[in-house]
Amino acid sequence: MTAVLEVSNIKKSFGGIKAVDGVSFDVQEGEILGLIGPNGCGKSTLFNCILGQLTPTDGEVKVDGKVVTGLRPSELNRLGVSRTFQLLQVFPKLSVRENLILAGQEHQGNMMSRLFGASDAGLTAVADQMIGFFKLDHLATEAAGGLSYGQQKLLDAAMAFMGGPRLVLLDEPAGGVNLTMLGDLKERLAAINREKRATFVVIEHNMEFVMSLCTRVMVMAEGKLLAMGTPAEVRANPAVIEAYLGH
Amino acid sequence: MTATGKYLRIALGVAVIAALIIVPMNFNRYGLYILSQWAVMTIAAMGLNLTLGYAGQVSLAQGAFVGIGAYAAAIMTTQGMPLVAALAVAIVLCFAIGWILGYPALRVQHHYLAFVTLAFSTLAFLIFRNEDWLTKGIYGISNIPRPNVLGFATNRPLPFYYFCLGSLGIVSLAMWWLIRSPWGRAFVALRENPVRALSLGIDTRRYTLMAFAIGSALGGVAGTLYAPLTQYIDPVPFNLSLSLDLLMMVIVGGSGFFFGPFLGAMIAVLLPEWLRFTQGYYLMLYAVAVILLLIYSPTGILGILDRYLAERRTKAASALRAVAKSRLETAP
Repeated sequence: MTAVLEVSNIKKSFGGIKAVDGVSFDVQEGEILGLIGPNGCGKSTLFNCILGQLTPTDGEVKVDGKVVTGLRPSELNRLGVSRTFQLLQVFPKLSVRENLILAGQEHQGNMMSRLFGASDAGLTAVADQMIGFFKLDHLATEAAGGLSYGQQKLLDAAMAFMGGPRLVLLDEPAGGVNLTMLGDLKERLAAINREKRATFVVIEHNMEFVMSLCTRVMVMAEGKLLAMGTPAEVRANPAVIEAYLGH
Repeated sequence: MTATGKYLRIALGVAVIAALIIVPMNFNRYGLYILSQWAVMTIAAMGLNLTLGYAGQVSLAQGAFVGIGAYAAAIMTTQGMPLVAALAVAIVLCFAIGWILGYPALRVQHHYLAFVTLAFSTLAFLIFRNEDWLTKGIYGISNIPRPNVLGFATNRPLPFYYFCLGSLGIVSLAMWWLIRSPWGRAFVALRENPVRALSLGIDTRRYTLMAFAIGSALGGVAGTLYAPLTQYIDPVPFNLSLSLDLLMMVIVGGSGFFFGPFLGAMIAVLLPEWLRFTQGYYLMLYAVAVILLLIYSPTGILGILDRYLAERRTKAASALRAVAKSRLETAP
């Protein structure tokens, strides 16, 4: 196994607040790593530091052994690192299919071919496959803003996979999604992980979702790494129970 | 869209184009002048619609780019150079300056960006007025010749109107192509959610600069038509009020709609003419009409149409769902 993502000693301060305080971990190829912890413990900030949305105060991030600290999010994305956000981020005025084509188009050709080539960048078939895979059929031509919250959440996740990423960071994919759709989402994510060997890091508060989907779980508290292990190990860890899971 | 809807649209398009060609044949000199001005301003407004309407970047400098194009045409054609050479110079110049003007947009947005572009607009006006050696300052440049197009002289108003209309047609086709390309989609993404766009690999920096550069270049194209239209230019028409007029055309017509600039320019150029019978009151009436429109529909005239169509679609969709449901319920 090789490490897809290596994070060493990432620190990020906002004024006097140490949001992330020296976190190191790595993620192996094909793994689904869960990232849990109380609100405000630095999970999202850690994501933003890894993905170039924020510049870490200190530390280093490597993807496939290559240092990527300081790269812009668009550059990272084209290296095969994709993400979803905690809050819904679809483009409401574009149709479902257009959203997906948009999510994949910058991975095709170059600026010139995107201007003079096909208007769908040759991605309609791939987009429709993704639509079928996420069970969004019949919605392909609907404006994304008109979909239900759960459907938008599925679309949001589907968009992260359009570029054929190696590593996907999902920030609370299950938040606000109803139980039936949650089962769908989990099954879809597991299938992509199996078939495409895509590696995931998932921030989630839904314990059932995390414990059943993830191969390893990492717990953060107050900007620091508190525990790391299999779901069973983490669940049994007294420090984790104290800080987060509760008795 | 249904097949009949599609044919209806094509028929409407053909009718409008035919009317634009045939009806003006009986117009007098002044009518043709106004209509040519509409075509020229539509091109400039289309450029601003790309920058503002599609890519979401506010600019108060479009009038300055029309000025740059107009001065390029006036200076070069009065020296005996062909208009097409001036057109090339105007496009390259405005594209390059627009690109540079896009850099502040990478740092500031909205009102702040408006102020930066306003400063540029003022700068351009001062250059037009003060650099006598190049622009002849407040005396302006007169006797600007009209071009020969494919061997036809366009000195008379009607041929020149057709020249402007043809140019508008070419620009429209190019713009239609652009907004339907992946670039157009990236511009919309830039407007709606730049952070998400960035996370999808979209180089928002490059697309922002491109939106400014292409939009500005279209301002330059409009300018190279404006100079031979009026045959005399001085700095006054290219002051800040032209930029504001163009901004109003985009917003009144419907910002981010392909046909917005056509309607917006029509209202801005023609409505004052139609209201002339009210004499001194026409500007006031015009202002009140614009205020009322924007209160009723902040997304402009095409916004009204869009809302109506969306409502109809929703109704049709819920009717379909109701039918499907009743079938399910009555099924054995």
